[in-house]
Amino acid sequence: MRNRLIGTALALAAAPTLIAAPSMAEGPLNVTTYGGAFARTVEEAYVKPFTEATGIEATVLDASDPPAKLKAEVEAGNITSDIYEVEQSDVIRLCDEGLIEPIDPAALAKGADGSAAADDYLPSALNECGTAIMVWSTVIAYDKDAFPNGAPQTVADFFDTAKFPGKRGIIKRPKYALEFALLADGVSAADVYDVLSTPEGVDRAFKKLDAIKGDVVWWEAGAQAPQLLADKEVSMTLAYNGRIFDAIVGEGKNFGFVWDGVNLDMDYWVIPKGAPGKDTAMKFIAFASDPARQAVMSSLIAYGPSRKSAQASVGKYKDGTTDMAPYLPSTPANAEKGMVNDASFWADHGTELTERFNAWLAS
Amino acid sequence: MAALDPHAAVVAGASGAAPDVTAAPLTTADGRPLARALARSQARARRRAFLLVLPLLAFVIITFVIPIGQMLHRSMYNDGFAAHMPQVSAWFHENPPGTQPDETAFAALAADLKTAADDRTIGIVGTRINYDVPGTRSLFTSTGRKAKSGFQPPYQAALVEADPKWGDPQLWRAMRNASTAYTSNFYLAALDRTRDDQGKVVMAPERQQVYVMLFKRTLLLSLLITFTTFLLGFPIAHLLATLPARKSNLLMILVLLPFWTSLLVRTTAWMVLLQQQGVINDILVWLGIIDSNGRLQMIYNQMGTIIAMTHILLPFMILPLYSVMRTINPSYVRAARSLGATSWTAFRRVYFPLTLPGLGAGALLVFILAVGYYITPALVGGSTGQLISNMIAMHMTETLNWSMAAALAAILLGAVLVLYWIYDRLVGIDNLKLG
Repeated sequence: MRNRLIGTALALAAAPTLIAAPSMAEGPLNVTTYGGAFARTVEEAYVKPFTEATGIEATVLDASDPPAKLKAEVEAGNITSDIYEVEQSDVIRLCDEGLIEPIDPAALAKGADGSAAADDYLPSALNECGTAIMVWSTVIAYDKDAFPNGAPQTVADFFDTAKFPGKRGIIKRPKYALEFALLADGVSAADVYDVLSTPEGVDRAFKKLDAIKGDVVWWEAGAQAPQLLADKEVSMTLAYNGRIFDAIVGEGKNFGFVWDGVNLDMDYWVIPKGAPGKDTAMKFIAFASDPARQAVMSSLIAYGPSRKSAQASVGKYKDGTTDMAPYLPSTPANAEKGMVNDASFWADHGTELTERFNAWLAS
Repeated sequence: MAALDPHAAVVAGASGAAPDVTAAPLTTADGRPLARALARSQARARRRAFLLVLPLLAFVIITFVIPIGQMLHRSMYNDGFAAHMPQVSAWFHENPPGTQPDETAFAALAADLKTAADDRTIGIVGTRINYDVPGTRSLFTSTGRKAKSGFQPPYQAALVEADPKWGDPQLWRAMRNASTAYTSNFYLAALDRTRDDQGKVVMAPERQQVYVMLFKRTLLLSLLITFTTFLLGFPIAHLLATLPARKSNLLMILVLLPFWTSLLVRTTAWMVLLQQQGVINDILVWLGIIDSNGRLQMIYNQMGTIIAMTHILLPFMILPLYSVMRTINPSYVRAARSLGATSWTAFRRVYFPLTLPGLGAGALLVFILAVGYYITPALVGGSTGQLISNMIAMHMTETLNWSMAAALAAILLGAVLVLYWIYDRLVGIDNLKLG
C-alpha cells in the first residue's frame, strides 16, 4: 500500500515535467564572458531582453580566460556553456583548430538602414566562426594635470619624454607596445604589420622602445593603468579606453585621451564545437546582432558597436549627461586616427615576439 | 603445512627447549593454528584501514595524479601534425633524414592539406609547425583554402607557386620533427635550445633566450625570499613562543590577520606603500632624506617582488617555527647557561639546533610556494621581477601552447624534486616538523 502511494506520488510529480517537456526543449543558455563591468552590460543589454523576448532562460557566467576554458571543455567533451565571449586572436585560432562552430552571417539581423549584415559590420567584425560583439581599444591616456602647458597630441609625443616629462605605462606584452613604437617611428598605420613581419622591422620597434625603456612602468592588469595615472606614478600610459572612461566619467578624474594611433580590437561571440544548445546559441547571437541592442550596449559601457548603422543611435551614457560618441573607439573621428589590430599576425608571430620581448625586458 | 609457516617454526623451536610441552603448534580455541588466525585477522584490519583511505586515495588520483600525468605527457607528446597529415608523415618515415622532398612528398603534402582543410584541422597542423617555425600557421591555413579546390600535378611546382615558403628546407625539417607525435622539442625550447640545419641541438638566437635565465632567477629569488622570511620570522616566532599567553595571543592575531587577507589585497597594499608617489617615498621626502626628484624605485622591479613575496609568505615560516619552539623546554638553555655557556653559545649550540625541524618545514614550505608564485610577480615585478611561472601562465592562457607550458612546468617540477632530494640528504625529511 505504502509502496503504491509512493509510486503514485512519483508519477504525479513526474507528470508536470512530462507535460512541460516540449516547451523546455530550448535553453537554459549559458553565456560565458570575461566578467567584470562588461558581463553586467551583457546581462542588461542582451541577456535579460533575450529572456523576455523568447522565454529562454539565460545566465551570464564569468571566466578569467574563456578561450582556455572553451578549449579544455571541447577537448574533454563536457561543454558547460553554449556561447563564449573571446578576443579576436582567439576566434582565428579556435576556428583554425576546429574548436568552434561556423556562424552563418545570413542569420544575423539586418542593419538599421536595411543593409545586409555582411555590409553593415565593420571590417573584420564578421569571422567564419565568430561575430563581433563590440569594439574596444588600447589607447594613449594621460593625466591632464601633468601637462599644463599643452597636452600631448600624437603617438610620437608618447615617446618624447623630454617634451612631455614623466613615466610611461605600457602593458607588459609585445602586442600594442610594438605597434605603437612603429607608429611613433613614422610607419603608417597601413604598413605596421608588413614592417613588423620583417626582422629589421622588429629591431626597429625594439629600438624605439629602448629609447624610453628606463621610464616605463610595465603593467599587467587592465585596472592598473588608470590607477597608475591616478597615483601620479606615470604621466601617460597605454590603457584600455573603457577603464579610462570609467575614471573620467565615473570618478571625475582629470584624464584625457590621445586617439592618435589607437589600436582597435573586437570581442566576438563564438559557439563551442558540439555545443548541445547550438541552435539556441545561434538564436541569441542573431538577437544580439540587432543594431538597436548594440546601441543600448554602448550607452552602458564605453565599447563601440561593431555595426556601422548602430553608431548613430548611440545616445548618452546612463548618467544622462555624457555623450558617448567622443569616448567610443568606433566613432569614425577616433577610429580613423588608428588601426585595427591584426589578430592573424599575432597568431603567427605571437610566441616568437613574446619570447623576444621577455628577453628584451630582462636584459 | 605447519612447517612452512615461519611463525609456527619459531613456536616449535621454542617449545623444543621445554620438553614437557607438546611439539604441536599453538592453536586457537577452535583448533586453528594461532599464527594463521592472527595473520588473517591482521589482514582484515589492513583491508579495513585501506577502505578508510580509499576515498582520499581516489580523490588524490583523480584530481592530482591523473591531471599532472596528462600535463607531463603533453610536454613530450603533440600529435597535431602526425595525426592530421598521415600521408606526408608516412613519407618522412620511409625516407631517412636529409632526403630532399621529391614529387611523391609534395603529392602527399597536397593530399593531406586538402583533407585537413576539408576536416577543418588545418589550423591544428599549422599551429603545431608554427611552434617551431614562426609565421607558418597562416601558410598552412591560406594554402589549405587553396587546396580545397585541389592542386594539379606537378605538385611541387603547384605548392611552391601557391607560396614559395613550401620550398624552405627549414619548414621541411620542422615537419619531419613533428611527424612523430613524441618529441623532445618542447623541452629543448624550454631550455633555450633548438635544432640546426643538420638536426643538431644548438642554442637559440641570443635575443630569443629567456627561459634558462628565468629558471635561474626563479630559484635564486625563491632562495633569497626563503632566507629573508627566516631572518624576519625567527625572532617573531621566538617571541610568540616565549611571551606570556595574553601578549602572545595578540601577537599571533597580528601574524594571522594578513594570512587571512586576500593575496591581491596585500599585493595592492604594497603598491600603495612602495610606489614612487607612495607612502614611504612621501615620508622620506617629507623628512628631507631624499629629494622629490630622487624618489626611490622600490616596486615594479625585482625589489618589489622580493618585498611583497616575503611579506605574503612570512606566516608559512613563522607558524612551523612557532609550533616547534613552543615544545622546547626552557630549562635546556638555562642548564647550558649555568654550565658556563655565553648566551650566544647557548643559542647556537642548544636552542637553534632544537628549532631545526620547524625551520626545515618552514623553509621547504616557503621555497616551494615561492617557486610557483605568479600573481604577485606579475603585478609588482615590472620587467626584472618576472618568474618562470609567469611564462607558464602566458603559454597556458595567451599563446595556448600547452605543450610548452607543460615542458616548462615539468622542468620546474624536476628542479624542485632534485632540491627536495638534496634537502633530504642534508637535513633529512624525517626531521620535518609542522607541530
